[in-house]
Amino acid sequence: MAETYLLEMNDIEKQFPGVKALDHAKLKLRAGTVHALMGENGAGKSTLMKCLFGIYKADVGQVIIDGKETNFTGPKNALDNGVAMVHQELNQVLKRSVMENIWLGRFPKKYGLIDHRLMYNKTKEVFDELDIPVDPRTIIGKLSVSQRQMVEIAKAVSYNAKILVLDEPTSSLTQEEVEHLFVIINKLRNRGVAMVYISHKMEEILRISNEVTIMRDGQWIATEKAADLTTDKIIKLMVGRDLTHRFPPKTNVPGDVVLDVQNLTGKYMPSCKDVSFQLKKGEILGVAGLVGSRRTELLETIFGIAHHESGKIIKDGKVVNNKDSRTAIKNGFAMLTEERRATGIFGGMSITFNSVIANIEKYKKMLFLSNGKMNSDTKWVIDSMRVKTPSYRTAIRSLSGGNQQKVILGRWLLTKPDILLLDEPTRGIDVGAKYEIYQLIINLANEGKSVIVVSSEMPELLGICDRIMVMSNGRLSGILNIEDATQEEIMRLAAQYI
Amino acid sequence: MEETKKILNRNWKEFLLDYALYFILGLMIIGVVIADHSFLSLNNMLKILAQASTRGILALGVAGMIVLAGTDLSAGRILGCGAAVSASLLQSVTYASRMYPNILEPINMLIPLMLSIFVCTFFCIINGFGVAKLHMHAFIISLGTQLIAYGVLCLYIDSQKGGAQPIASLDSRYIDFVNGKIGGVFPYLIIYAAICAAIMWVVWNKTTLGKNMFAIGGNKEAAAVSGVNVEKNIMGVYIVAGILYGIASFLEAGRVQSVTTATGLNYDLDAISGCVIGGVSFSGGVGTIPGILIGVVILQVINYSLYYLGVNAYLQYIIKGLIIILAVAIDVRKYIAKK
Repeated sequence: MAETYLLEMNDIEKQFPGVKALDHAKLKLRAGTVHALMGENGAGKSTLMKCLFGIYKADVGQVIIDGKETNFTGPKNALDNGVAMVHQELNQVLKRSVMENIWLGRFPKKYGLIDHRLMYNKTKEVFDELDIPVDPRTIIGKLSVSQRQMVEIAKAVSYNAKILVLDEPTSSLTQEEVEHLFVIINKLRNRGVAMVYISHKMEEILRISNEVTIMRDGQWIATEKAADLTTDKIIKLMVGRDLTHRFPPKTNVPGDVVLDVQNLTGKYMPSCKDVSFQLKKGEILGVAGLVGSRRTELLETIFGIAHHESGKIIKDGKVVNNKDSRTAIKNGFAMLTEERRATGIFGGMSITFNSVIANIEKYKKMLFLSNGKMNSDTKWVIDSMRVKTPSYRTAIRSLSGGNQQKVILGRWLLTKPDILLLDEPTRGIDVGAKYEIYQLIINLANEGKSVIVVSSEMPELLGICDRIMVMSNGRLSGILNIEDATQEEIMRLAAQYI
Repeated sequence: MEETKKILNRNWKEFLLDYALYFILGLMIIGVVIADHSFLSLNNMLKILAQASTRGILALGVAGMIVLAGTDLSAGRILGCGAAVSASLLQSVTYASRMYPNILEPINMLIPLMLSIFVCTFFCIINGFGVAKLHMHAFIISLGTQLIAYGVLCLYIDSQKGGAQPIASLDSRYIDFVNGKIGGVFPYLIIYAAICAAIMWVVWNKTTLGKNMFAIGGNKEAAAVSGVNVEKNIMGVYIVAGILYGIASFLEAGRVQSVTTATGLNYDLDAISGCVIGGVSFSGGVGTIPGILIGVVILQVINYSLYYLGVNAYLQYIIKGLIIILAVAIDVRKYIAKK
């Protein structure tokens, strides 16, 4: 069957140190269609798109647009050639006007000066055509996320984009806003624009898309007509994989309740809303949810980095008020943050420094810090966490991600916490090191510590947790016992309040 | 109901905090006027504006760097160098110990103006190169340039035949050009500053350079992705600043009629304070020309009124310091992400 594709990505391979991010990935896009790209977090969707835009260079494979092999050098180069992307995190100059953001880098001019009237008219023209009710002169930071997203789509249209990638466009939109977005998408489809639609939301995808490509572990799994698919079918294609031997045996036995969180609501939205749950001694509680479900905010609110508006945290029968992280540490909490490089490690500092920093008050001897005690604690961290490092004085950034994570986990254990809050503890860590981290978490639970693990990798939660709570749009949509938990059920709950 | 009340309450407090600086400055000025009614006379006001003129032009240049999320600590010393060049070439030809005894006929004033602009732009290009190409922080590169410019200024002044002495006894044409008044009332200086401000308004609002400057200061990544040549535009902003410094130095030399090694000392800090009071944000990407003018004038009003009221000179420093801290504290809290 001779079919013409506007975009063909064939056999794309991309290797990162320790991971094969893409392995014979492919995508074929027809003009005037919406093509959904699906897969779990980490399945390689974004990497594939980055290869399209030239942000990454594929090791193997070709990108063919309109029959010609293409190699973009970057997003701007792609944009000039009619290939645009609307990112989930919108990259805009928030303090400037809508039209300036659209025409940045190619302002219309008259006599050498910027022609504001022409810029306004051209913007208005695109907005009218797409039915976007926004004044081009508004400061873009004052718009809602959905309006800003529409501005970004309008920008792509103003470049006459023929291929448009929408990355999780509806993740922070209300139902009405989604409807409006779909009207715009349909208009673009009728104009012959080809769209790649990346999303986790099954119903939306089945509604809006013509075709669906599913990826898993960097590989192409299937491309089907949307009309032939059902939600169940998609989930099976997305998650079907072998789980044996990826996790250490579970040996911990949960005891009595140690932590009781009641109706916790963050002060500055978006954050967690009205979340209540209990945590037992020696229990590993997983927190699942889609990107933007406010799992990190929940941990931050418990740990006192984020303020709470209402709700109570009861530990060992007593109400604790974690008004900041220092108080939380004193109250026996510890938190491993999601962005290891930004908020976890002190990159240029030694293993010793990184091990003792959260506990530094304990090493005071008169006015000064006791080196002996700090070194013996560092030794404990290196030994018990099995950190592979040439010496105590090595700068932590020269270790692998897994070893960095072990040091930080050790850092928190030195504060003698009862409750550990772990946010994506295995992110960016290779498979072997992941197993070690899982083993450490289970060992901690064995010792009677209680652990809350936020993770975007569902198999990981299913592999190590006793219970899994699912968040959806800031709210708790359900808590599953591990025996009842399936990926399908978690997915269903994760989409409950969207 | 309860919710709305809470939000309104919060907004009211936020409003008070956001504009606290202007309330305090307003009260101060009212206090001065009550203490001495003559403060409000037309003559006094024009005097203040004239004094603010050269600082204003300098601030227009510095503001560009702050919008780029940088700063310029060297502006004052660069101005000193420019002023020395202008003054030395425009000393009265009848003054025996003038720096250039070979100048026997008064030269065209355009020549020293151009040379001052050239010298100032040269220093700004060093700063711009450091920021744009070497990716240094503007604070550090301009700290270095400040010392270099000061050294150059001292060497230049020291190179006079009679040794280090103020470059004074300037040509009367020059003094008239700078300090003259329309009808003996309205200082030319205010007009020069107004022209510079008007041109800068066009540059900031109507040219690609201006728009790109805001984009780079607001979100460098977004600007680069949109195809803005970040390095070139940063250099452009610094060159424009150099031209403004040059004009300001030419006028300042004529205004004070004597250039020494201390000329320009702390002018950069005054210019930065003026910008910050006028709402140019240190986090970059925010600022307006009218805001800068208001900031510079307010600062000059405070300077002048403290002086007018006979406040102890050392105390004046303390008060100015507090005002700058307050201005920045208020500015910063507008952009803190609340958790």
